[in-house]
Amino acid sequence: MKRVVITGAGTINALGHSVDATLAAMREGVCGIGQLVFRDVERLQIQIGGQVRGFEAEGRYNRQQMSLYDRFTQFTLAAAREAIEQSGLVFSGELAAKSGVVLGTAGGGVSTWDDNYRAVYEEGKNRVHPFVVPKLMNNAAASHVSMEWNLKGPSFTVSTACASSNHAMAQAFSMVRSGMAPAMVTGGSESMLCFGGVKAWEGLRVMSRDACRPFSANRNGMVQGEGAGIFVFEEYEHARARGADILCEVAGFAMSSDASDIVMPSKAGAARAMAGALQDAGISGDAVGYINAHGTGTAANDKTECAAVADVFGPHADNLMISSTKSMHGHLIGGTGAVELLACIMALRDGVIAPTIGYQEPDPECALDVVPNEARDAKVDVALSNAFAFGGMNAVIALRRV
Amino acid sequence: MSITDQVIAIIAEQALLEPSDVTLDSTPESLGIDSLGLVESIFAIEEAFDINVPFNANDPTSSDFDISTVATIIAGIERLKAEQA
Repeated sequence: MKRVVITGAGTINALGHSVDATLAAMREGVCGIGQLVFRDVERLQIQIGGQVRGFEAEGRYNRQQMSLYDRFTQFTLAAAREAIEQSGLVFSGELAAKSGVVLGTAGGGVSTWDDNYRAVYEEGKNRVHPFVVPKLMNNAAASHVSMEWNLKGPSFTVSTACASSNHAMAQAFSMVRSGMAPAMVTGGSESMLCFGGVKAWEGLRVMSRDACRPFSANRNGMVQGEGAGIFVFEEYEHARARGADILCEVAGFAMSSDASDIVMPSKAGAARAMAGALQDAGISGDAVGYINAHGTGTAANDKTECAAVADVFGPHADNLMISSTKSMHGHLIGGTGAVELLACIMALRDGVIAPTIGYQEPDPECALDVVPNEARDAKVDVALSNAFAFGGMNAVIALRRV
Repeated sequence: MSITDQVIAIIAEQALLEPSDVTLDSTPESLGIDSLGLVESIFAIEEAFDINVPFNANDPTSSDFDISTVATIIAGIERLKAEQA
């Protein structure tokens, strides 16, 4: 089995349009959540979100590209450019033939669905743009990345709701570890912040109207975000041979299914995924210094996740740090694990733990060190990134400092 | 149909029971309605009475719409209808 390292990272989200900007915001505990701005927002009961601001597709992409790029594809391409440029890889010949792109998204081109349903149902039009289907399909972003950077190996899109990008990165990791691919572009993206996308979530009655406060006793729900996180996973010797800057190692992963409830999380399923990732990485629980929590800010997730951490780590649960950066960038649904992986990289590489902001009142059911409100300096050797999706599908990734 | 009869019909349907099995002092738990069922019941009530019920599944007791029994739900609907009038 090969070792796998990360040699490039890119992002766009409510905290920034690059990895540097995002990590700076996480260090400062900036909140990227605010009033949503889009058509018909006044008809929503939930009007806050982690919306990407100042991202103008016009000028960045030409007219023909715009007719094919939904916002989730636009985000993906911007983040992929940053990641691939950082890696320094140029995909040609054998490298191009074997390297691919595996991405996660829950909704794909949600605003394309929204705009075109509006055109035919509300406005009574009987004709839509010829590229509606290739624009909204869930694999559109992965396909455009493959075309832009000549990635001709295994490429597809994974959709497991809020665990999509962790499942995607687990697939990419497996392919590099097994020797199937020398490098993979992976991560995920989401762009559901449009009328229909928020209205659907509103219906479930789990959204907060004011803030995302993970682990805080007065938390009252989740807040949606949008954006993308994209990484280059590369075989360790391949990266070393070309002198690449290694951000961290991907050490292992595990996936589990609760097989119990379509929306309520299960402690056992979450615990099996965390324990499985450690086992896969060959790392003892005591080595884990930081967990980037799923930490949605709902009553159900946060207490279940903390109980699962206590089960897996025993007394060490009180020593490790666990934070939810969703408090800052919102819940990016299918793209969330990818953006949150950045907080793990910051912990391992820079020794800075991103905080859980908005934390106001301790909850005895979440009695762990959640790094409240302020970032902390700490040397961390191993970090976990949790994602626990609706449908009970869990994916946890273990990362190690190099 | 009165508000009481409509609410009992909605809750009975959600609980897969006959309306005669639902009484004013029934609680969602006593009828076997879980959190998803509760959210669906609230939705059905909003549709039936054309009202917005302030309900957050993260903290069902936080709003002043009391969902502890069938009777309190009916009282909450009557108050919302009165405010609307």
